[in-house]
Amino acid sequence: MESAISVLDIGHKFENRVVLEHINLEIAKGEIFGLLGPSGAGKTTLIKLLTGQLKPVTGRAVILGRDASKLSGQDYSQIGIMMDHFGLYDRLSCYDNLKLFAKIYNIPKEKIGEALERVGLADAGKTTVMNLSKGMRSRLLFARALMRSPSILFLDEPTSGLDPLTAQELHKLILQQRKDGVAVFLTTHNMAEAEKLCDNIALLHQGRIVEQGSPVEICRRYNHQKKIRIHLQDGTDMELPHDKSITSVLENYLKKGVLETIHSTEPNLETVFMELTGGLNRL
Amino acid sequence: MNHMLAVLEKQVKDTLKNKTVFIQFIMFPVLTLIMENTVKIEGMPAHFFANLFAVMYIGMAPLTAMAAIISEEKEKNTLRVLLMSNVSPIEYLFGIGSYIWTICMAGAFIIGLGGKYYGAFLLRFLLIMAVGILISVLLGAVIGIRSKNQMAATSVTVPVMMIFSFLPMLSMFNEAIEKIAQVTYSYRLHMLMNQMENGKISAESLVVIGLNMVVAMVLFGIVYRREGLAK
Repeated sequence: MESAISVLDIGHKFENRVVLEHINLEIAKGEIFGLLGPSGAGKTTLIKLLTGQLKPVTGRAVILGRDASKLSGQDYSQIGIMMDHFGLYDRLSCYDNLKLFAKIYNIPKEKIGEALERVGLADAGKTTVMNLSKGMRSRLLFARALMRSPSILFLDEPTSGLDPLTAQELHKLILQQRKDGVAVFLTTHNMAEAEKLCDNIALLHQGRIVEQGSPVEICRRYNHQKKIRIHLQDGTDMELPHDKSITSVLENYLKKGVLETIHSTEPNLETVFMELTGGLNRL
Repeated sequence: MNHMLAVLEKQVKDTLKNKTVFIQFIMFPVLTLIMENTVKIEGMPAHFFANLFAVMYIGMAPLTAMAAIISEEKEKNTLRVLLMSNVSPIEYLFGIGSYIWTICMAGAFIIGLGGKYYGAFLLRFLLIMAVGILISVLLGAVIGIRSKNQMAATSVTVPVMMIFSFLPMLSMFNEAIEKIAQVTYSYRLHMLMNQMENGKISAESLVVIGLNMVVAMVLFGIVYRREGLAK
């Protein structure tokens, strides 16, 4: 698949503090890629490096065939960025915030209404940004990032601090982008969100990628127990070894009609991350 | 050009809802109208309040507005978003600068009319104001670019604004202050306003104003090259 983002051995430091080391990533068009890690792991720094807001100390990143540290205005027209610290004009309405960028991007005014509708803010067009809830602000930032129909979308913790319902709405919008062939690079510390949305992920810990691949692959890779958990109708829970002997045991329970559920015992991403980082409990 | 107009339009809407900046623009024109029409003291020079408030306006409104707008955009990262949206720093600065200059000139027009300047004298008065506002816009841009946030900008803007706004007035009471004030553009602009009706325009004042303009431009150039807008 054609690559949208290539990160080639990037490293970065602030003064003498190393924040990123030997980061190598490849993100294809139409892929949702998640960069996971606790707060302070270097996720936002990597987004800033990929969007040309910072220059890497070592290595380089290539965005749609261009060096990320030399992106021009034209290149930015293909990139949508949604970062929490990317401000909105608080005293202007939602509509006027988007109108400014529609003018800058030469987008017809009609598209503003469409953009607001797409993120569920059609009724809030006249509302001043300072009166919006955090969820509504996030959706407005998302609408702004989508205005130019970008080829790449960078989302920095897009659902951080949102209620589950709003987060779910945002998830739908993100998944829609994949259908439209947009490469989505998102950072999150929410492992469940990453499992749900991402085709591939990288786990970032203390500035280094400690694991990467698809969420399913990673979970399987760390499935050391190789067991199956079953639940019987009488309430009994059992863990069975995942080997040849399991077939006869399961057949037996099935014949008796007492088997209620079968579960795999693969770890989830959170457990994998804990294992890789030595039991960090600050996710 | 399109980007500059977009920035300008945004700024117009924003100012109408930004009381802090909006008050700066209307305070001295309103004060001029009130004082020129209500206070009559025997022996008081013609256009006394208009000229006094005009230089205060020059030293205060464009300088604080420019610094406040740029520093607020830096603090809230809206400036970074604009610059990453294909708006060049020059387009942004021209958009904001031309907006502030225009709105201050509208204020200057009201001050001029309030001070009962008409015809050619009004045009001369506006010409003097135009130059002064331009220098202040440049100085405001220097402060805005240098400051990381609004608080940092305010801490520099207030003393600079006080110097340029109040020195012309304070120099009336103290010779030492007057000597210092003579090198400032606001004092010299005040002098020009007072001189323009008798036609005796001081060449020295023009030189000092020109030098102030050059200093403001050089300062702007240095700060812009060193700091840029994106940092």
